[in-house]
Amino acid sequence: MPSLEIRDLFVALAATPDKPIVKGLTLTILTGEVHAIMGPNGTGKSTLSKAIAGHPDYVITSGDVLLDGKSILEMEPDQRARAGIFLAFQYPSEIPGVTIANFVRAAVQARLAEGEDLDATAYYKRLYSKMDLLKIDRKFTSRSVNEGFSGGEKKRCEILQMAMLEPTFALMDETDSGLDIDALRIVAEGVEAMRGDKLGVMLITHYQRLLDYIVPDFVHVMYDGRIVKSGDKTLALELEAKGYDWVKQELAAATTA
Amino acid sequence: MKPPSDLLAAPDTALDDTTSAVENPTVGIDQSAGDFTYDVKYEFDAGSGLNEDVIRYISNVKKEASWILDFRLKAYKTFLEKPMPTHWATKDLENIDFNKIRYYLSQGTKPKRTWDEVPDDIKKTFERLGIPEQERKFLAGVEAQFDSEAAYSNVKDIVAKQGVIFCNSTEALREHPELFKKWFGKVIPTGDNKFSALNSAVFSGGSFIYVPKGVKVAMPLQAYFRINAENFGQFERTLIIADEGAEVTYMEGCTAPKFSTSTLHSAVVELVALKGAKIQYITVQNWANNVFNLVTKRAIAMEDAEVKWIDCNIGSRLTMKYPGVILKGKRARGEVISIALANDGQHQDTGAKMIHAADDTTSVIVAKSISVGQGRSTYRGVVHIPKHLKGCKNNTECDALLINTNSRTDTYPAIVVRGDTHAVQHEASVSKVSEDMIFYMQQRGLTEAQAMSLAVNGFVNDLVRQFPMEYSVELKRLIDLEMEGSVG
Repeated sequence: MPSLEIRDLFVALAATPDKPIVKGLTLTILTGEVHAIMGPNGTGKSTLSKAIAGHPDYVITSGDVLLDGKSILEMEPDQRARAGIFLAFQYPSEIPGVTIANFVRAAVQARLAEGEDLDATAYYKRLYSKMDLLKIDRKFTSRSVNEGFSGGEKKRCEILQMAMLEPTFALMDETDSGLDIDALRIVAEGVEAMRGDKLGVMLITHYQRLLDYIVPDFVHVMYDGRIVKSGDKTLALELEAKGYDWVKQELAAATTA
Repeated sequence: MKPPSDLLAAPDTALDDTTSAVENPTVGIDQSAGDFTYDVKYEFDAGSGLNEDVIRYISNVKKEASWILDFRLKAYKTFLEKPMPTHWATKDLENIDFNKIRYYLSQGTKPKRTWDEVPDDIKKTFERLGIPEQERKFLAGVEAQFDSEAAYSNVKDIVAKQGVIFCNSTEALREHPELFKKWFGKVIPTGDNKFSALNSAVFSGGSFIYVPKGVKVAMPLQAYFRINAENFGQFERTLIIADEGAEVTYMEGCTAPKFSTSTLHSAVVELVALKGAKIQYITVQNWANNVFNLVTKRAIAMEDAEVKWIDCNIGSRLTMKYPGVILKGKRARGEVISIALANDGQHQDTGAKMIHAADDTTSVIVAKSISVGQGRSTYRGVVHIPKHLKGCKNNTECDALLINTNSRTDTYPAIVVRGDTHAVQHEASVSKVSEDMIFYMQQRGLTEAQAMSLAVNGFVNDLVRQFPMEYSVELKRLIDLEMEGSVG
């Protein structure tokens, strides 16, 4: 079964490699599983997802990330993407002048073998069916990627790309941020529709509310660059009721004891 | 990467660097298209260097009337008198060695009327240039210049039936002197600049088009230009006249073989749009990276006439080109859409000139430039609206995109507006392809080069959409090619 394995990972900003942000994180995700990573702001959740995807601003100082048992750390970001890792960005970039249809098409084309041409008719058929699923207007695809989009539109655009590219592992970074409740529901429904044996999800979120719609198999609490507590979906509810201070207090008690 | 100063000191070695940038063989595109020569026997060859005898030789070979020879000799004097414009333009101009350039080569073959009569090696050239099969058959309306004479000229029946004259300038001078002489050198006087003077002295080839009153030419007329001999400067002369109410679109595309020594391309293009006429002139320039491309293009627009230049510069070592429109009649409209891409070792010095000379005239300039690596792009624009006019409008927009920190872009807009009934807008922006944008695209599976290419294509997309289909496809391919070589 495909696996994404994070082993004792240390990540720092490339500019300040001696100041780790992620400090010895270990986690294994299998396809078919949804892992929620929760935690207060500034605890390294976004850093973790960007480092796995290979963002050049970050450097992995020790540890490893393995896809199906093979390290991906030497791979370029685009190689990691084509190997099946998808990052749904918290703040997706704007690409002026490039339509969603053309952008996704280029991404789909990039996954074909050399010399193989994309079947345009089949592509559009698939694109439109995914758009229907996500309740996205057809006109949407002729707009430039993320340019002048509302928060909800940006996230829907991310989910549409994910649906089209069919990754093995999706890292979803604060997908709920900036969404009103209706947009949240639509995005969550989209993810739920993709959920299944072929997809593993790492769902990064600050709030419990997204987990009302995407019910996780596992919940991990991240604090100060590490996973400090793991459990099932009830842990998220407990967090919601008691707040992150509860985790901090428990942690403080554990270290002093 | 060599700094630009090295390029001045040692053009040959620097050029080796720059051409290698576009010769990366990894993409699925035939990178060598345009990078080839065929062994052609030149029937007439004026040798290297320029003097009065060379000019007499050219005129004699072409069996020209004496007024043309006089015109040429006078222009030669002007050329000698005019200084290089290095007080405002790049010093790289000083590297042009006028004595090493051949000013005239001709195969001596007359323009062909049918495809069958076209020599095989020339057909091969068209094939290498990637002209689609369909288009080859449909070469009607195509004036394909092979070196300095048109090798193939077959005006589509329909165009001829409409009374449209479409031929090369040599033929036009012989067959239609009355039409030619009336406007020849009137829009761009010989002494306009050093290179217009040079062209006037040695011009050869280029197109002549006359569209009669009220005739609308439905299909775009096309010309392909190539340089095919070492050290051979190409000096075509194009004159397009759209009579009252006439409409015509002309397309010009260039690919050229790469040579180890510099070549010079110095054309003069004059457009005349009479009352209510419309002319659209489209250029995709992709000269090899050792070509000096110093071209003067200007139009005159009479009452209610419209002239639109779509000008796209991707190749060459140095391009200096500022298409202009003299808005001579009331309500005339001029537009310049300009795209320039400067890669390592290249300098695209482009822009536009809008000279308002009548009331209620409108001009629009949209210029987008992309500088990659050590590439340098410069925008120069002139907008002139004098005091005695009323109700003139100009809108200028210059956007520059920088890729990599070493690239350079400059904008020199010169807008002179007098009077108080005019409306003028000027917008300029400089943007960069950010690391985050590239990462975002890479995260979707695109390589760095593909991501760059997409970003650049997106930047120019709104302008490219104004190109005819086949040109926009070609343009996209050229951008892909340039970006592929610029990464790493």
